[in-house]
Amino acid sequence: MIGQRTHKIVQTAPTMVFLAVFMIAPLVLMAYVSVLERGAFGGVAWGKLTGVAYEKLLMEHDLLGNLVFNGDYISIFARSFELAAITSALTLAVGLPTALYMTTLAPRRATMMLFLVTLPFWTNLLVRNFAWILILRNGGQLDRFLQGTGLTRGPLDILYTPVATGIGLTYSFLPFMILPVYVALQRIDPRLIEAAFDLGADRLRVLTRVVIPLAAPGIAAGVVLVFVPCLGAYVSPELLGGGKSLMIGNLIEAQFGASRNWPFGAALALVLVGVLLLSLALLSRLQRRTRRTP
Amino acid sequence: MKRERAPRLMTGAGVVAALTFAFLYLPIVTLVALSFNANDLTTIWGGFSPKWYGVVVANDDILRATRNSLIVAGTASLAGTAASLAAALGLAGAGRWERTLAEGLLALPLLVPEIVTAVALLLTFVIVGFPLGLTSVIIAHTVFCIPFAYYPIRSRLAALDPALMEAASDLYASPWQRFMRIELPLLAPGVLAGALLAFISSLGDFVITYFVAGPGATTLPVYIYGMIRVGVTPEVNALTAILLFVTIAVITVAFLLGQRPETDQNGGIES
Amino acid sequence: MTAAIGISAVRKTFPGAEHPALAGVSLDIAENEFFTLLGPSGCGKTTLLRIIAGFETPDAGELRLGGVAMGTTPPNKRSVNTVFQSYALFPHMSVAANIAFALEMLGRPRDAIRARVAEVMRLLRLEGLGDRRPNQLSGGQQQRVALGRALASAPKVLLLDEPLSALDLKLRRDMQIELKRLQAETGITFVFVTHDQEEALTMSNRIAVMRGGAVMQVGGPAEIYDRPADLFVADFIGEANLMPAVLVDRKGPQGRFRLTGSDALVVANDAGTIGVGEPAMLMVRPERIGLGPLNAAPCDVGVIALRVDALAYSGSDLMLHGALADGTRLRARLSGAAAGDAAVGDTVELIVPPDAVRVYRP
Repeated sequence: MIGQRTHKIVQTAPTMVFLAVFMIAPLVLMAYVSVLERGAFGGVAWGKLTGVAYEKLLMEHDLLGNLVFNGDYISIFARSFELAAITSALTLAVGLPTALYMTTLAPRRATMMLFLVTLPFWTNLLVRNFAWILILRNGGQLDRFLQGTGLTRGPLDILYTPVATGIGLTYSFLPFMILPVYVALQRIDPRLIEAAFDLGADRLRVLTRVVIPLAAPGIAAGVVLVFVPCLGAYVSPELLGGGKSLMIGNLIEAQFGASRNWPFGAALALVLVGVLLLSLALLSRLQRRTRRTP
Repeated sequence: MKRERAPRLMTGAGVVAALTFAFLYLPIVTLVALSFNANDLTTIWGGFSPKWYGVVVANDDILRATRNSLIVAGTASLAGTAASLAAALGLAGAGRWERTLAEGLLALPLLVPEIVTAVALLLTFVIVGFPLGLTSVIIAHTVFCIPFAYYPIRSRLAALDPALMEAASDLYASPWQRFMRIELPLLAPGVLAGALLAFISSLGDFVITYFVAGPGATTLPVYIYGMIRVGVTPEVNALTAILLFVTIAVITVAFLLGQRPETDQNGGIES
Repeated sequence: MTAAIGISAVRKTFPGAEHPALAGVSLDIAENEFFTLLGPSGCGKTTLLRIIAGFETPDAGELRLGGVAMGTTPPNKRSVNTVFQSYALFPHMSVAANIAFALEMLGRPRDAIRARVAEVMRLLRLEGLGDRRPNQLSGGQQQRVALGRALASAPKVLLLDEPLSALDLKLRRDMQIELKRLQAETGITFVFVTHDQEEALTMSNRIAVMRGGAVMQVGGPAEIYDRPADLFVADFIGEANLMPAVLVDRKGPQGRFRLTGSDALVVANDAGTIGVGEPAMLMVRPERIGLGPLNAAPCDVGVIALRVDALAYSGSDLMLHGALADGTRLRARLSGAAAGDAAVGDTVELIVPPDAVRVYRP
């Protein structure tokens, strides 16, 4: 009815306007800043449109003022993608069996496990990464355990390396993999699995030919949910990577801190959003395709 | 939906699951254990002692940061919950297009990497000349509190028969009476769970706060970050452990609220 | 006298829908009437009910309650209450609180509310259940609470949206009688929505048969059953034998038809506007067909020879199934005694009295 419709719009509008003003508008503004020139003392020079921030991704001016290729930033991008990909693969390798195991539990226990999986996600990101500093540093718990058992000699030297960053990222984003995969596995009609066994498939083939294809949308969602935030991770590389294995997130932060190059920082952030949109588009395509084939 | 147990398909899945849980809880257990270490040297066990908790509580900077954190988390989670409750009720029964669009907007703060949101908000505040301080932090936190609160409320609402709301109107309840007598009591567990999740995500946020907090608006995570950068001290252990306890307690309550069936609810009239 | 509900030329198309849910419906429902909207799912009956309640607004046309145009008056300002298909009892309130809800919203004094709740609970035989929660009640009890809640404020009109569909058959029969009793005792206009034609025939003063968003026929149960306005109504209400035929000759309103499916001749008292030589569709209710003596002369008018291919016994009577030469299926409902010893494989002669035959344009 008309009265009720107006009522519903009045109810919804403030939230939507708030998000438009403080989520959409800032992203648009950021895109605009990315094509401006940087100001003489930080900030931006208004009105002059330029692609210099994007050029900086690939090129630099040498001492003579010539534009030459500069691989520094590309290598940070490459490292970020590499770490994000490795993290996605690790979380999937660990998350899939865990989720599979959870589907074999009675509902009450499965719900309990689900809660236990999500709980670390809610704990503070800093706290989680700090705990890994305690474990991974030289003289830390892992080091002392390994040396005590005679497995290693001398300091572990693992903290402040990409390996430590990888551990931190895997830890932070594991729940993002387990949850969607578990939900997808849970939705599979057990009769389909029984039918596959009935038709003579062994366990491996039931898994690879029936279960994993049916759970593919959930697995894809998990990969995107891990990959995207990993790419933009800031805390783990900063605290565990020790500045030696910078990722895109740290590079962005530096543009607003020490380097004071806002357009470049905005451009980097925009590239990250681009990757996000691309992976979401790929994901929804995959999910549409699996839904169409029953 | 009835949940059935699936047959076992992978040998060793149980072992992997056990290792996963060990991996997930190893840091938490280590942190809590070390926070009770009496020794000044954080690596060597010197017996059980809660003394570092006392040191934390006596630190004025920490208390100031805690106060800021509570102000921000309290305000932002309240505002975010109210906004998402209104949105969830308004979107009930909306057309498919309107709904997809609105829910896309609602999910955006969770989809966009934190660092991007942080940069975009910082640029916005600086460019429009909005002073960085507690207010800017509260606004930024409200942005991501909205989706955290929205999903529990929405799933609660989806489990309710829409005819209940129609029945209230049909029985002469005004929109406000309908909200107070029917919608709010029935949605209460979802609203509370949503508010708690929003509160915790605000309390724990570091990246966005780090960007949009001006001097004097230091929150607990920003303060902890500063301490960690300096080095591992027993005080940090205790402080982070406190944050851990609070989080686990609040999230457990939120989870239990989510498990509540919609009928064992009190309320109603005493006629 | 003004109608309790006046509906004129109401149209409604839902956004994104291909066909209108209501394509111009006009109805007058009198005060103190038990009026049923009957039709298959998707015919628009529930949409019409929701428009009367105020949950939907018509795109065009007008709704009047007690002579007052409703326009966009919200549901909480209409003296109309609904019994929902799902009951929609408030799960967080006791039975008594559910029943008291409307009275509270209307701001009635506490004592009056208490007295009225007690009265309604007595009327609906819910004594002693006041403190229970809806989920502690049986389906039949929940149904009665839903009724009591809607009746408590003594609305002018009570809308019932397939309220009996969740009950089992026996409870359903009981509730049908109960509803009729309540309607008679309260004098409230009931508008009842159902897709169950038997239920509609049992309970209603008048029935509107709907299809595809339009009203096909309005009338009393006997009228609708005996003189369906068209083939759809004939087929939807009760059981119908439909036989294609051609008019051979006519005398006044009476016409003689030859069935397409066999050579049998059938007379209808009212052949309508069908001309000689034109095709028609004849409808006969199974229970109006009689069984003739075996081996009677084959050219008798109103006698159809049928080879029996199935018999279904249902206690009080026997349903005889068979097909004509062109595959047209016929059913005859015979009382146990009349059926004699007809068996599958026999050819029997069915007698169709001229007043039992309805004639339609195909």
